[in-house]
Amino acid sequence: MTELSLRAMSAGYRGRPVVHDVSVDVPSGGWLAIVGPNGAGKSTVLKAVAGLLPATGTIRVGGHTSLSHKERARLVGYAPQDPVTPEGLTVTDYALLGRTPHLGPLARESAADLSIVDEVLARLDLRALAKRKLGTLSGGERQRAVLARVLAQRTGLLLLDEPTTGLDIGHAQATLELVDRLRGEDGTTVVSTLHDLTFAAQYAETVLLLAGGTVAAVGAAEEVLTPEALAEHYGATAGILRSPEGELVVAPTRQN
Amino acid sequence: MTVRRPVTRLRPRTVLLAGLVLLAVILVAVLVGAADLGWQRVLGELWAQLTGGRSPLSEREAAIVWQLRVPRVLLAALVGAALAAAGATFQGVFRNPLADPYLLGSSAGAGMAATLVVVLAPAATGWVQPAAFAGALGGVWLSWLLGRSAGSGTATLLLAGVAVGAFLAAVQTFAQQLNTETIRQVYTWMLGGLAVSGWHEVLTALPYIALAAVVLCVSARLLDVLTLGDAEAASLGVRPGRVRMVLLAAASLATAAAVSVSGLIGFVGIVVPHLVRLLAGASYRVVLPLSLAGGAAFLVVADQVARSVLPGELPLGVVTAFTGAPFFVFVLRASRGKVS
Repeated sequence: MTELSLRAMSAGYRGRPVVHDVSVDVPSGGWLAIVGPNGAGKSTVLKAVAGLLPATGTIRVGGHTSLSHKERARLVGYAPQDPVTPEGLTVTDYALLGRTPHLGPLARESAADLSIVDEVLARLDLRALAKRKLGTLSGGERQRAVLARVLAQRTGLLLLDEPTTGLDIGHAQATLELVDRLRGEDGTTVVSTLHDLTFAAQYAETVLLLAGGTVAAVGAAEEVLTPEALAEHYGATAGILRSPEGELVVAPTRQN
Repeated sequence: MTVRRPVTRLRPRTVLLAGLVLLAVILVAVLVGAADLGWQRVLGELWAQLTGGRSPLSEREAAIVWQLRVPRVLLAALVGAALAAAGATFQGVFRNPLADPYLLGSSAGAGMAATLVVVLAPAATGWVQPAAFAGALGGVWLSWLLGRSAGSGTATLLLAGVAVGAFLAAVQTFAQQLNTETIRQVYTWMLGGLAVSGWHEVLTALPYIALAAVVLCVSARLLDVLTLGDAEAASLGVRPGRVRMVLLAAASLATAAAVSVSGLIGFVGIVVPHLVRLLAGASYRVVLPLSLAGGAAFLVVADQVARSVLPGELPLGVVTAFTGAPFFVFVLRASRGKVS
């Protein structure tokens, strides 16, 4: 089954489209990585799917094309590249905000909402930090707290905008492993932008290369991430290697 | 063993404690006033009113208690509650710890309208209060219109508030220059005070402040969501623009009601919410209700100081800043390490 389907989608700010004519299908439980040079419109695609930007064309989420704000928020979880984490809020209070789309406008969380958050915190290994204020967390811990908030939303589709920003290689890897585990366990569909092409190649099932606001290529990593494509769209010289385990590695090489 | 969930909520114990402190502060303020009636005798009067017994006070003395003291104390509590809750709301909506309830031109609007009445119709003292109310709401409304025409975020709204505030303050200064003999009267109003308050003021301000308090407290969770920023709030199914409008309207209504009966009292709206955050946590579900209680208690005490320290009467706005600032510094220092 197709969880997310985009057909000729264009989206942008104030009537000036940044991305044009994007068409792609992501099956349930799949992982689509959107890659591309700076300014290609990667975040714009995620924001349009999250309903935060006006878009034309068709955006179909879980079979629905027209969704109210709230309905969409029950189907689509979104973690921005630079999430606002109010420093005085505790991790639990913050994660509880993820339950918002499931509550009436003035309702309070029920015991069920609280146990969903409890469970999410346990899964993300955040139990020990449940009472900590967001301002006291390290970068990796904060990234997990943001994931907890999005997971508490219990959506079938996760949109993660550069989930590894600001994390060292170990924490970045741990975050992506975690997302992959959740995907395996819950059948959640993941669409993420990733600037690290090696990570994109290793974790995503499908890679979409966006350049200048249009789709340059979409498919399996080894088809999309070629030295020629990197030269053309990034202006980069890089080799595509295989690790001893057989995984794809995108390795920049010096130009002189 | 039950595990206490680490969720920031108002616990019954906290509510009880806040209520008791507020009640105690109000009681002391009623017992001890400018006219020396003796606190035991005033207590006797209160007891007599409760039980239907005989009061130790003469009729004139009882009138002092019931027509002057009690309404003044209650008004101080109302104004303090309104300003503190409005300040907390503004800080949340603008995600700025220095935001105060006067940020969007309500003080300048009220000041301008009150000055115009004083200057143009010095005899119509009864009009100062409704004019200030209308001026405060008008200032915020102008800022809102201007901010909307320029964009949708909080930054444009903030800038619009600054522009409207500066403009209205200029009009106010100009009007004041037309009749410099009224400067003293205008100045006294601007510095804030509850000197002329009676039941009329309490009953005028109460409905607006009560309505605003209810709206703010039931929307506290949405204010928490709003502090994540517009994009994330929208991704959670909340319409940030609409929520912001409702919250700012309620906070401005409370501010306008407070300003119209007490003039401009600064500091309460900034200090009290921060004290509450330091002591009880940052979720607005705790901050808003406790700011109501804390602001009320704080202003009752401040007014008590204002009318008893010097033989004359200090402007209340001066007292709130004079006592509030050092207290705030003290709490900041005491909680060092807890504040990141």
